[in-house]
Amino acid sequence: MRGPALSSLALSAAEEGGFQPPTISETHLPEILPWMAPWGTGFGKNMLMVILAVVLITWLFTFAIRKQALVPSRGQYLAESAYGFVRNTMGRDILGDKHFRPWIPLLFTVFFFVLFNNLFGAIPGLQMPTFSHAGPAYAMAGIIWVTWIALGFKLHGAKFMKLMTVPSGVPKPLLLILTPLEFLSNFIIRPLTHSLRLMAVMLAGHIIVMLAGSGAEFLIAQQEGIANAGLGVAVLLGSIPLYFLELIMMVLQAFVFALLTAIYIQGSIEADAH
Amino acid sequence: MKMGEHMVSTTLIRAAEYEDANPLVPNPWEAAVAGIGFIVLFIIVVKVIAPRFEQSYQNRVEAIEGGLNQAEEAQAEAEALRAEYEQQLADSRAEASRIREEARAEGAQLVAEAQEKAASESARIREQAHAQIEADRAAAAAALKSEVGALATQLASKIVGEALDDDARSNRVVDRFLANLDAEQQTQGAPR
Repeated sequence: MRGPALSSLALSAAEEGGFQPPTISETHLPEILPWMAPWGTGFGKNMLMVILAVVLITWLFTFAIRKQALVPSRGQYLAESAYGFVRNTMGRDILGDKHFRPWIPLLFTVFFFVLFNNLFGAIPGLQMPTFSHAGPAYAMAGIIWVTWIALGFKLHGAKFMKLMTVPSGVPKPLLLILTPLEFLSNFIIRPLTHSLRLMAVMLAGHIIVMLAGSGAEFLIAQQEGIANAGLGVAVLLGSIPLYFLELIMMVLQAFVFALLTAIYIQGSIEADAH
Repeated sequence: MKMGEHMVSTTLIRAAEYEDANPLVPNPWEAAVAGIGFIVLFIIVVKVIAPRFEQSYQNRVEAIEGGLNQAEEAQAEAEALRAEYEQQLADSRAEASRIREEARAEGAQLVAEAQEKAASESARIREQAHAQIEADRAAAAAALKSEVGALATQLASKIVGEALDDDARSNRVVDRFLANLDAEQQTQGAPR
């Protein structure tokens, strides 16, 4: 077992007064309410963040649009711009004028659900990007995977399988290789990359925050000497640009995730067009 | 070391608890909560948020288009009013010129009538004067005739020296003389 071995190594280092870097396990905080503990988990911070995101998005957008004023207030204008961004940039531009209307709510939900959950990682006190855990990322990618496959079969029937796996205009012998590859790439790898891209970026950002925090704490509070303290302050200062980089990544990942959702749906709608 | 043992056991417990420290292995409960959270949010968006935003957008489009239409209508109305006013103005101008023309004609007629009246009046007065003069002349002539007769008789009697007693005869003589005189006058006056 690698875990305990690593831990004991780290432990021995800690006993010697060395720096003990945070581990991946520490991104899983202890449960707030050990409610379902016997079945594997309790009510954790991650779940709290999900619920917070749902409540916050609902409240913010219904509050902003409550008046439906023709001449919008600042809040309504911002909310309408955000809605219009998803509606036009991801919906209309990718799905096309004819098909995009029914998909606006899905794209809107995907984008803002991911965005808010990501941004929780940048808010002090919350500091928990939900999708740094694989579970939620798999769940989201899974929902979208089911959606576009179901849509494809609904629109094209059984032919959809052929459309997605047999590329047209390719010599027959090559199909022997390409068809399994296409199947693998479209049906297996696509949802994995869709979820892991998000999860990995969020986890990396989260670990950087933890590392900077614990490193600075170690240097300033646990080590003697002005030099170490100065180094700790330098780490903190260095983490500020990283924080903004992280912020960009959070928004970008939410955008990419929603954009890919739109592209997958577009692929299902127009599977026979290419 | 008791402290160390405690720490080791805690670490072991934690390590055992999170044997799946592999970040790719999901916690199914977290996945379930995220999935359910997403679906709940999706339903809220479908039922409440998206319709309201679309409605708001639609309202604005309608308001703007309605405003444009209204402006167009108002402009058309203004155009119609202007045309009407212009028509009225032209009408009243025509009316005014017609009235002026009429007045002028009427004035001319009045003048003509007055002239005519004056002319006829003057003719009448002249006529009257003529008649008066004629009557006066006739009266004068009659008076003169008798007077001339008497004078002539007197004169003749003085000349003759004899009273012409016989009035009837002298009257006849005078009358004949005067009638001759008249006839003479008339034959003399006729070619004139």
